[in-house]
Amino acid sequence: MLQISCPYCGVRDEEEFRFGGESHVTRPALDVDDRVWADYLFNRINPKGIAYERWLHSYGCGRWFNVARDTVTHEILAVYLMGAAKPQLSEVTPAREAQPKRVRTSEGSLS
Amino acid sequence: MHHYSFFSLLSGALGRHRRWSQAWRSPTPRKAYDVVIVGAGGHGLATAYYLAKKHGIRNVAVLEKGWLGGGNTGRNTQVTRSNYFWPESAAFYEHSLQLYEGLSRDLNFNVMLSQRGILTLAHSHHELESLRRWANAIQVNDIDSELMTPEEIKKLVPLMNMEARFAVHGGFIQRRGGISRHDAVAWGYARGANALGVDIIQQCEVTGFCRQGERVVGVETSQGTIAAGSVVLSVAGHSTVLAGKLGLRLPISSMALQAMVSEPIKPCLDTVVLSPTVHMYVSQSDRGELVFGGGADIYTSYAQRGGLPAFYQNVTALLELFPAFRQLRLMRQWAGIVDITPDTTPIMGGTPVPGLYVNCGWGTGGYKAIPAGGDTMAHTVATGKAHPLIAKFGLERFTSGALIDEGAAAGVAH
Ligand SMILES: Cc1cc2nc3c(=O)[nH]c(=O)nc-3n(C[C@H](O)[C@H](O)[C@H](O)COP(=O)(O)OP(=O)(O)OC[C@H]3O[C@@H](n4cnc5c(N)ncnc54)[C@H](O)[C@@H]3O)c2cc1C
Ligand SMILES: [Zn+2]
Repeated sequence: MLQISCPYCGVRDEEEFRFGGESHVTRPALDVDDRVWADYLFNRINPKGIAYERWLHSYGCGRWFNVARDTVTHEILAVYLMGAAKPQLSEVTPAREAQPKRVRTSEGSLS
Repeated sequence: MHHYSFFSLLSGALGRHRRWSQAWRSPTPRKAYDVVIVGAGGHGLATAYYLAKKHGIRNVAVLEKGWLGGGNTGRNTQVTRSNYFWPESAAFYEHSLQLYEGLSRDLNFNVMLSQRGILTLAHSHHELESLRRWANAIQVNDIDSELMTPEEIKKLVPLMNMEARFAVHGGFIQRRGGISRHDAVAWGYARGANALGVDIIQQCEVTGFCRQGERVVGVETSQGTIAAGSVVLSVAGHSTVLAGKLGLRLPISSMALQAMVSEPIKPCLDTVVLSPTVHMYVSQSDRGELVFGGGADIYTSYAQRGGLPAFYQNVTALLELFPAFRQLRLMRQWAGIVDITPDTTPIMGGTPVPGLYVNCGWGTGGYKAIPAGGDTMAHTVATGKAHPLIAKFGLERFTSGALIDEGAAAGVAH
């Protein structure tokens, strides 16, 4: 279970949220060709590692915000507002290697 | 290679099972191959098998970073069916089901296909209406499907709680649908491909590509550089990771899909039951375990374990429909990383990068597609022209807008 810190409400369980996919996708001009338009509509980075993504606090304040999350460990590295620039995060931060994960996942919950 | 038969079993037994030969070799990679397939899941192995068998292309390697069949092919719930909605999907999945029907004989390996039927439930009048439309579309596509009344369902699945929180209003069944054994499919294709000269190289991770101009001419691996006439990516959830190394963007999201099994019990469920509304499906394995699952986790993931909310949802949906299963203990839970496309139809064929083919986007439902996926990809790579059955499954559809939106049939797409 992810624990996500909504910038407006504080830390809540994953079940209160909706995942909104990749953030920072900008819409191209309307006169671009089909290839560019298709790229905008459908293609995604889908990274293995740090993802910058939108989340909606649907069962809370109902507001959108951004999350930087590691798609391998599920660790949430940053929460920032819609419209804000991507925070600069390095792929493997020393702190992450040394410390136990801050974000709880379901691992071990079945034992 | 041993031919498996009653007599080979008997002589194996008389020899105290000491004389069995290995089912496949573990060769060191050669310098170059005509075709290099990345990923020894069902699709990669089947592609290699049909390339060698039907097209005489035997100078083929299948490179696998872990062990063969250790990806989604060894993690799925084995549902095999062809009850899709759109004609393109129906034709493809029906071809696959027909190949499954002859697969044990073709591969000389028992894939334990059990056509016990797959029952899809409706929990409201409106849902029953749309199931009617769906069942009708299947019949129009010349594939078997039958509507069932609640009374008929009760008789077929006596343990089901017809008066659940969402009462059962009816459903439809594809009687030729069912399950088969996923490991056997991977092993059978691996053994068959190996016998025809294909090199299956495990513990060999592809880390990059060699290019000559635009063209892909080989792969960089953890066991060195290997030259290739053509490269086929069959890496499921890792498709964007590898394609990304070539600057090729794909419309794929990688999500964790879970499944779980109960402790084994005596036979009590002899069909596959699937409910799109409560998002649950269940079957009983030959060993007696109840095998079940449902929807994927809500966020993208490369961690093959799955989170608690989706897990909880799967279990509660099962127990509401089958209250008797409450007494059972859960034995195992796991997840695979599935490659989901916007229209839940796979992406197969050539790419804008010369020499590179993709076979991906199978999402939550590509196990049933393994024989046809391998057959049509082999044809496409061997002839350089998309097999007619997958002509509309190409990457171009996202630009042209000709999507094949299987959302309906793929509601719970297993
Ligand atoms: C829980 C679950 C239940 C499912 N239930 C069903 C079902 O009931 N019916 C159904 O039809 N489908 C089902 N599916 C979907 C089905 O399992 C998949 O669509 C299918 O197995 C995909 O096969 P594949 O060969 O494309 O991928 P995989 O079997 O995942 O094979 C891809 C292989 O590529 C390898 N690889 C990745 N990166 C590299 C690299 N860089 N170098 C070398 N090798 C690499 C991986 O290790 C892996 O072995 C389910 C999936 C899951 C996870
Ligand atoms: Zn909030």
